[in-house]
Amino acid sequence: MDSIRESLLKKSKATKKDRFARVITFSALLLIVVVVISIFLFVASKGLATFFTNKVNLWDFLSGKKWAPGQTNAQGQPLTGALPMITGSFLVTLIAALVATPFAIGTAVFMTEISPKHGAKILGPVTELLVGIPSVVYGFIGLSVIVPVMRHIFGGSGFGIIAGAMVLFIMILPTVTSMTVDTLKSVPRHYRESALALGATRWQMIYKVILRSATPGILTAVVFGMARAFGEALAVQMVIGNAPLMPKGLTSPSSTLTSILTQGIGNTVMGSLENNALWSLALILLLMSLVFNIIMRAIAKKGAM
Amino acid sequence: MTQKILTTENVHLYYGKKEALHGINLDFNKNDITALIGPSGSGKSTYLRALNRMHDLTDSVTVNGTFMFNGHDIYAPNTDTVALRQKIGMVFQQPNPFPFSIYDNVAFGVRTAEKKSKAELDEIVEKSLKQAAIWDEVKDNLHKSALSLSGGQQQRVSIARALATNPEILLLDEPTAALDPVSASKVENTMMQLRNQLTMIIVTHSMAQASRISDKTAFFMDGHLVEFNHTKKVLLDPDRQETQDYISGRFG
Repeated sequence: MDSIRESLLKKSKATKKDRFARVITFSALLLIVVVVISIFLFVASKGLATFFTNKVNLWDFLSGKKWAPGQTNAQGQPLTGALPMITGSFLVTLIAALVATPFAIGTAVFMTEISPKHGAKILGPVTELLVGIPSVVYGFIGLSVIVPVMRHIFGGSGFGIIAGAMVLFIMILPTVTSMTVDTLKSVPRHYRESALALGATRWQMIYKVILRSATPGILTAVVFGMARAFGEALAVQMVIGNAPLMPKGLTSPSSTLTSILTQGIGNTVMGSLENNALWSLALILLLMSLVFNIIMRAIAKKGAM
Repeated sequence: MTQKILTTENVHLYYGKKEALHGINLDFNKNDITALIGPSGSGKSTYLRALNRMHDLTDSVTVNGTFMFNGHDIYAPNTDTVALRQKIGMVFQQPNPFPFSIYDNVAFGVRTAEKKSKAELDEIVEKSLKQAAIWDEVKDNLHKSALSLSGGQQQRVSIARALATNPEILLLDEPTAALDPVSASKVENTMMQLRNQLTMIIVTHSMAQASRISDKTAFFMDGHLVEFNHTKKVLLDPDRQETQDYISGRFG
């Protein structure tokens, strides 16, 4: 009796292993959470210093049109208007997403519905390859191909919102496409069968059943692409012209949050207003990526029904 | 003499090189319910899906034989599969409404076929749902998602959806296999109410179901049609030993 009692009360080897594994996975999770929270705290403390330490008015920051943090205006207030960059970021992102969506849906429909064989053999690997190309390569192509073309068509320098949006469009297209492909593939086969059994043509099946039931997934893909476009720095910086001015048109040199950040962060002194103002831009970026995330979750929840 | 709406002769079907149907000859009377029974893998669902050319979706399938629907060759090269499938509708084993509203589900086949006014559509949707004996349960919620219904209700919406294109033949592939007995009996009642209005061909694993609803029964085994006769005769006094063994539960 006692031996049974003892073996029941003593922790077995398997239990110890189980506990060990739990500790390991929990520590991994904890580490990630700590890192994410630290990033937020760090960026927030730096970014908010602009408003608390340097006493910049938040509204002036968000709506001001002049960006020259080293200088002051007539009232002695520093010129930290971030509106040109905010506008630039949103414009390139929206245009890139608008152009990319139809291409992504078209490619995805071809790969899943029209010609799955070619899709799996050629287009699939190609899109995966495109995802892996470093952004500096895209930027370089933009610089040597898109900018000259823009210069030729619209005149001026060729640098600007359109050039940035085009580069971003090419960059996010593979991401949006492959996510759309996954969504279309997850549409159950019986939707296709019953649509055809009801006398729908192939196009009606694609258009009225598959795309319609895949809409939440496609939207998620597009928002995901937008999040990526919004945060992309290098490629955009190479083609947008980096003039911190309100965009006068889509082909005049302008800037985005990221392009100004990468340009300026190495040339300012830690703790100075110039530096803090850049951190405020980073804070906006961080909050925006949070917003994109929330949107994606909301869509996914609604789509799940 | 009752009119034959669909006749099939010498039907051979191959999955790649493998022959799944070995020369089936079957005729269907207009407005009868015909049950196809047999063990799993006997080819009854395969045969059913050949009747509205659902095998066209799969490249590796070859269908041979003569299929005459109202005197027209179903597999003739100039047959419009879209029109064919509106005349020969299909209900699947899994209740599979689209993730749309009930109304949009039922209206789907009509909308793809032709442009109709709102009033005409409303009328067709109501008539189809009434025919499928589910109108009373859903009439207040036509714009709710069809996926929010119970399995049995979903299956009856699927039937209504197939009825909306006004088919002459309805193919049902084990329509109650995924349902609980209460829902199954409701679907059966629906079918009983539809008899005399259209021809139904139903694949079923339930001999009891075949005896309750069908006029004639065909027994399939290993890709052969073993016996085809009036349901009573097949189930109570079969001519062939295999049929006797199957219905008495000796195998399958």
